[in-house]
Amino acid sequence: MPNFEHPEYPEATLLHLESMVPCRESQVSSLLSIFGERQHFSFPSIFIYGHTSSGKTYVMQTLLETLELPHVFVNCVECFTSRLLLEEILTELQSLSSENKHGSHMPCDTFNDFVRLFKQEIIIQDLQNQTVYIVLDKAEQLREMEANVLPGFLRLQEMTDRNVTVVFLSEIVWELFRPNTGCLEPFTLYFPDYSIGNLQKILSHYHPPEYSADFYAAYINILLGVFYTVCRDLKELRHLAALNFTKYCEPVVRGEANERDTRRLWKNIESHLKKAMQTVYLREISSSQWERIQQDDGEPGHLKGLSAHAHVELPYYSKFLLIAAYLASYNPARTDKRFFLKHHGKIKKTNFLKKHEKTSNHLLGPKPFPLDRLLAILYSIVDNKVAPTANIFSQCGTCYTDWKEPCLLPVPLMNRSAGVLFLPWHILPQETKDHLSCDTPAFNLGWS
Amino acid sequence: MSTSSVSKGCFVFKPSSKKRRISSSKADYFSQGKNDSEDSGLRFASCQLLWKQINSETEKIQEELNKQLFDNLIRFLRQSHSEFQTKTTEWMCRMKSSEIPTAALVLGVNVTDHDVTFKSLSEVLQDNVTPYVVSLQAKECPGIKHLLQKLMGQLMDCYVDADSSEEEECVNISQKKIRCSMASLSKWYENVTKKTGSETPSKKRTSSSRHWQSPPVVVIFKDMEIISSQHIHEFPLVLIFGIATSPMIIHRLLPHSVSSLLCIELFQSLSCKEHLATVIDKLLLTTQFPFKLSEKVLQVLINIFLYHDFSVQNFIKGFQLSIVEHFYSQPLSVLCCQLLEAKKRVTSLSHNQCENIRSLPSFRRYVESQVSEKQIALLTEDSFLKEVTQTLLEDLHIYHENYFTVLRCLHVFTTSLPKYPLGKQIRELHCACLGKSVWETEEYESAIQLLRMLAKDELVAILQKCAEIFISPSGKQFSNTVEKLEEFLARFQNLEAEANEVQDVSVSSQKELQKKTDLYHLQKTLLALKESKRSKKLTKFEMLRFEVVDFIDSLVRSYLAPAEMQTLNEVVYFNTANTLREHLNAAPRIALHTALNNPYCYLKNQTLKSDVGCISNTAPDICIVYKLHLECGRLINLVDWLEAFSTVVTAVEGTDPEAVATDQVDEIIHARFIRAVSELELLGFIKPSKQKTDHVARLTWGGC
Repeated sequence: MPNFEHPEYPEATLLHLESMVPCRESQVSSLLSIFGERQHFSFPSIFIYGHTSSGKTYVMQTLLETLELPHVFVNCVECFTSRLLLEEILTELQSLSSENKHGSHMPCDTFNDFVRLFKQEIIIQDLQNQTVYIVLDKAEQLREMEANVLPGFLRLQEMTDRNVTVVFLSEIVWELFRPNTGCLEPFTLYFPDYSIGNLQKILSHYHPPEYSADFYAAYINILLGVFYTVCRDLKELRHLAALNFTKYCEPVVRGEANERDTRRLWKNIESHLKKAMQTVYLREISSSQWERIQQDDGEPGHLKGLSAHAHVELPYYSKFLLIAAYLASYNPARTDKRFFLKHHGKIKKTNFLKKHEKTSNHLLGPKPFPLDRLLAILYSIVDNKVAPTANIFSQCGTCYTDWKEPCLLPVPLMNRSAGVLFLPWHILPQETKDHLSCDTPAFNLGWS
Repeated sequence: MSTSSVSKGCFVFKPSSKKRRISSSKADYFSQGKNDSEDSGLRFASCQLLWKQINSETEKIQEELNKQLFDNLIRFLRQSHSEFQTKTTEWMCRMKSSEIPTAALVLGVNVTDHDVTFKSLSEVLQDNVTPYVVSLQAKECPGIKHLLQKLMGQLMDCYVDADSSEEEECVNISQKKIRCSMASLSKWYENVTKKTGSETPSKKRTSSSRHWQSPPVVVIFKDMEIISSQHIHEFPLVLIFGIATSPMIIHRLLPHSVSSLLCIELFQSLSCKEHLATVIDKLLLTTQFPFKLSEKVLQVLINIFLYHDFSVQNFIKGFQLSIVEHFYSQPLSVLCCQLLEAKKRVTSLSHNQCENIRSLPSFRRYVESQVSEKQIALLTEDSFLKEVTQTLLEDLHIYHENYFTVLRCLHVFTTSLPKYPLGKQIRELHCACLGKSVWETEEYESAIQLLRMLAKDELVAILQKCAEIFISPSGKQFSNTVEKLEEFLARFQNLEAEANEVQDVSVSSQKELQKKTDLYHLQKTLLALKESKRSKKLTKFEMLRFEVVDFIDSLVRSYLAPAEMQTLNEVVYFNTANTLREHLNAAPRIALHTALNNPYCYLKNQTLKSDVGCISNTAPDICIVYKLHLECGRLINLVDWLEAFSTVVTAVEGTDPEAVATDQVDEIIHARFIRAVSELELLGFIKPSKQKTDHVARLTWGGC
């Protein structure tokens, strides 16, 4: 007795479908009932969301392919502009009728064109009396396109007056999509995360042909025991399982243990898996390197991971410039006199400490600082005299661009001062140029 | 050119015809400027030749240094898609998530050097692995669209190169605006492999090498990788990232979902310091090239490298600049070529050039050391001078040959010393020896002291290394030295027995020392020990050690004399470090101040020559305004400033200053003043102030 019941499709197909989508039966059956029969009009748009690798794409693809429904599958990441997206959909639609594999290119600039061409194409392909499905994978990207794309797709059925359903697949909830101007609400469907039991079931489902299912299931059990606490991503787990399986089989291959001797196998694999967690899982070393280590049976100790090369050597002044920038962004400006001046006045200790105790500057994060402060600190922390040469000024610019990402420092508020004017202007990014419009004096440094 | 138009306007002057331009070649620039230029054509030719040789040498060095790295990379690339070629459909392959093979290339912090490396890398790849190599630069690809466009463009071009018969088709594609998406890329690949598939299916592999140079821009690639993984099965792609800082940046910039799709392997290039050491060793510490750098110039170049940029490329550029500068400014540099050629050139020197030789400080020193008859001959007879010059040039050449051999030998000694009193690198030692007599320095003194304390096995090892250096082909004149060194080595071997005895003695005295706990006694024994040491006869080993050190010392004294002491050193040494510094490590603020304060320095107009402190009225307006503003405090009253300005300016015309004072300021002067002030504002010297009307705030020297 199959779980899925549908008058439209033969029982064998449904049974096959069920075997293909383990642990997703309830979602599939609700989707089936929404789709209805081929010629029925369905919801204009369906929104499916769930965490990474919860089977959204896979389920949709298997469902549409097994039932042989006319569909177009497009990854929105691939089409980074709306034009590419629309054209891609049209070309895929063309190739539905299989004779013409590479459909001729259709230029389509606007959504209006798309609706027109879409209608034409439906007639050409003779699809008027069945539902056409357009699946947009990674639909988050739609938010970054023109404002009319998302509402347009939501109303595609109404606009084209054709039997079409748009399915959105996304990792984030619908609330984050909803445009300010309002739109047609889609039918939302949630794909929950796989539980540990589900993972076990799915992973052991695809066992290698040489070994029995029980043997592989025992292996998966051990694997999940090690990795489940850090990783629930099915794809990643499957990858790790494949990588380490040969090691697990080793005693069996050598004839030291039989397939039922789980304790011995466990002893053999456990430390190995833990090592894998520290290296391969974090991508410290690549999986091909990991495989090579397994083959050579060597210790991974001699292979240094990516983080082992974290040491960076910098030219003398660049190093100090970086230190100065760090100091400038974390120390409040009023402490500069105390730290960097030889003969600073007396400081009321109690007052100073009290203020300091309140919050750690590191918790507050880096703060912006003017360029002149950076240079002043640089001149004071370098032992010998620093000539204010073009080489140093130009590095202020590069340091700026470098810092934006690694989060060591904030965007220093550069000023429209002489110091900055000497930076090679063209290398500065646009944002810096914008920052350069504020006016704080910075020129009196480097002379004294 | 002048125009004969009555009205004001813009006039277009077409450039003069091409022929005239060609005639003024680079060589002409070389002879311009200096009126007394001698043999400028010859100098230019020898400069070009020398640079060509040096350039090819540097390229060779680079190639050798990169060889290992490239070999590893190529092996990686070949392996990375072996699965793809064999088309294995095993269970393992199906289960593993498809990762993109990625090579992370750590190349050191200076990104300008990367260009060269990547250029040669892509050439090597094109020759050895695949015709499809794309190299993208972060600054060229601000968005994913540009990135793909570039990528497609370069691939298609490659395609044209690979198979020129398909050219027409490719042109068609590019004309109808390529649809830049991964899908079309994949399709294109399919097409290409289908067409050429029958011939060489194994070689078709695309590796797109992407330099990602300044980390911030990399985020763009984020989405890129997500896409790629889907196509990997149909489209073998290899990424090569160039990384300037640390490989951790990959993890920091790319989310885990992306980096988990990459199969990253790390390749590290040689550190730039080692690279520099090789370059210096091959270019400077050799007699292969006649051109030499003086100590100060070398110091400038090395400082720029160590303090500012870590760029070997810049170092070589600096070296090139000094070559050009030397041949341009020194008329006698015509003799800066290979010895035989130089001797030939000496015979054809003009009288002027002979005078140039006579005026060289080193030559004058030489003349003074000669007997009086010879002095007169040298100063009056050109033919005799030429003869002497030839021998002097030969001496200089021999000096260099000896110098580099002994320098390497001394370097072997000094690197074994604790704390490296004479520097760890040979370049430091070279600088020390070039500048002044190294044996007079304190560092040398302490180094010799330390050498006298070397243990036997160390000393023997060092001596062996030295002997090797002297035997090597460059040291022909050192047969005596080699003999002496070998003799030392033999004597060391005979010494072993005695050495043991000495050790026993010292150990026993040490033990005695440890017994005494009382301070008084301790002092006494120490004194006694000292006494005994002084009076004690040196062991044979110690005597021998002294002999060796003295021998080395004598070598240094006779061969490592500073270059400045050599006669005719000006011919081959470039020593105007200031020019080089001005060009390579400019100080813009100081230059700006000099320009405004002393315009003569740049404009070279005689009327601008004036005493310091007084304001010349012939100077450009901005200079006058600048000088006036130097005398003001934090806030400058514009009205006062204008008055002072007009007083200075009108003083030229010789008009009665009192009449001006009563009258209104001339409109033109007013306009000139406004323009000069706004120029100063643009330069960042002043800014408008909100505290007081009609005032501007000064931003320099006690301003703000």
